Amino acid sequence: MSQINRSAAQMNATILANKRVGQYHQIVFGIGDLVKSCRPGNFVAIKVGGDSSRMILRRAFAISRVAESVSFGGTMELIVAPHGTGSKWLCSQPEGAEIDIVAPLGTAFGIPTEPVKALLVGGGYGSAPLFGLAEVLKARGCKVDMLLGASTGAKIYAPMEGKRAVNSLKIYTEDGTMGETGRVTEPIKTLIGNREVDVIYSCGPMGMLSAISALTLGTDVVHQCAVEEAMACGIGICMTCVLPVMGEDGKVAMLRSCIDGPVMDGAQVQWQMVGQVPEGTP
Amino acid sequence: MADGRPSSGRHPLNAFDFSTTLGNAFFNTPVFTASGCASSGKELAQFFDLKDIGAVVTKSVMNKPRYGRPTPRMAETPSGMLNSIGLQGPGIDAFLAKDVPWLIEEKSRVIVSIAGETVEEYATLARKVRSVAGISALEVNISCPNVENRGLVFACDPDASRRVIDGVRRTIGGEIPIIAKLSPDVTNLVEIARGVVDSGADALALINTVLGMVINLDSMRPHLGGKTGGLSGPAIRPVAVRAIYQVHAALPNVPILGMGGVSSGRDALELVLAGASGVSVGTASFGNPSAVIQIQRELHDLLIAKGFPSLKSAIGYAHRVEEK
Repeated sequence: MSQINRSAAQMNATILANKRVGQYHQIVFGIGDLVKSCRPGNFVAIKVGGDSSRMILRRAFAISRVAESVSFGGTMELIVAPHGTGSKWLCSQPEGAEIDIVAPLGTAFGIPTEPVKALLVGGGYGSAPLFGLAEVLKARGCKVDMLLGASTGAKIYAPMEGKRAVNSLKIYTEDGTMGETGRVTEPIKTLIGNREVDVIYSCGPMGMLSAISALTLGTDVVHQCAVEEAMACGIGICMTCVLPVMGEDGKVAMLRSCIDGPVMDGAQVQWQMVGQVPEGTP
Repeated sequence: MADGRPSSGRHPLNAFDFSTTLGNAFFNTPVFTASGCASSGKELAQFFDLKDIGAVVTKSVMNKPRYGRPTPRMAETPSGMLNSIGLQGPGIDAFLAKDVPWLIEEKSRVIVSIAGETVEEYATLARKVRSVAGISALEVNISCPNVENRGLVFACDPDASRRVIDGVRRTIGGEIPIIAKLSPDVTNLVEIARGVVDSGADALALINTVLGMVINLDSMRPHLGGKTGGLSGPAIRPVAVRAIYQVHAALPNVPILGMGGVSSGRDALELVLAGASGVSVGTASFGNPSAVIQIQRELHDLLIAKGFPSLKSAIGYAHRVEEK
């Protein structure tokens, strides 16, 4: 059997709840025992638009968190921004709707075996999978600090219950409508310099991930980032979602962000080369 | 075609013959993956048993490892998508050493797809494929730019198409069948098909993607890193049906591996009726990882429901002359 996505399954999942939270939708699916295979960082690929849709490709969403309860069984929560036709369709689906999903897909955040000082950095709704991660890290005895940033306050996703999982939470907005004015990356240099961080976990726009990688360069801080690149299939067969990544052999390879990611080592991603290919042959 | 007419009676399941042949290669079932839409099979193995489908057609591989084109490589379009991957791959040596043995171990039937930039590169690839046992057929993807002729795509140049197939034929001998994969972006597809068959192709793969472009309204430039891309998906299915129908009418004895926007059993049957001996499922796998096995099941049931005693009796059935 294949070693790729070996816990993944395709199933019809029922929407148990769908509510608007600020500019986003929080959608909860019943996925039964599949929750046991879901790890923070994994994503789900969802068929959108119904059977007669002209949208032929699945949409990928980071899994925000999974839970198990007596009344609902295994549940999976997504935070969806209704930006495009596919995500708008998903946000318009009522409770009880059956949705075709493939999950869990891709790599997960690496969880340290020792208690470490973890810094979680989220941009926009990229914060969604970080709260589930925070719970796991907290359970391992880690110190968990969180920084969230967005262009404006309405784009910050920070649920009340999520705040319980972190030791501290600081919010940055570029227009100053919530928290501090400025970019979420601004305090990171000081935190690293004061040795307050062992591992950074990040999820958000490429520019933010790239900036964090630059800040960790030459330090001992590990940077695990969840990348976001346009995907057609989400399962590794289409080769569209590639990023230039330095391998252990010192050569750059175009890796698939769906199966070699979404969680990647930020120090290995060649951010300056995104949108290009290396010269010559690999 | 007395045996080819659907009968009103139902056939017992075990009596229905679903098998097909492409040249001298035999396949238990006629539904395959499409090259470039299944990588080397491992990724889909999580969703179904590869040995249960007709064959895995692997992603077109070149002689040397290749980075491919810059991102963005993909744009969704109405009922379709454009891709501009640029044949990223590990190169033939690594591919034959790692990917093919894995497929054979999985008991999958394997059709290796090759692509080159020169006539010589195709011949080199064919020689290397010949040295590996267990491969059922060779697909020659000639929808690549010919670096020796100003980047003109081989498949759009009848003479270059013939020379590629001729070189592969001479190299590979008669052991495994050659399937020439043709582009629909030509004025006279039948002429090109006839040319490659005369040069030694045992079968034809129809159709490759259709060249297209999307302009990004934010940047107001071509969206794809490679500017142009190949259109695939249900949007191109009628083009595939037309191409298969025309070529089968002109060359009724040449088996065709049909592909282009197949996403259900009824779509697959349409291609079979037009003249396809086998059907490859490509882009549908992107939206549905179980598409190949589901479509195979649907085609099987649909052929029986229509009263065909075998897959072979349905091939080209749309061409029949009405009896008075």
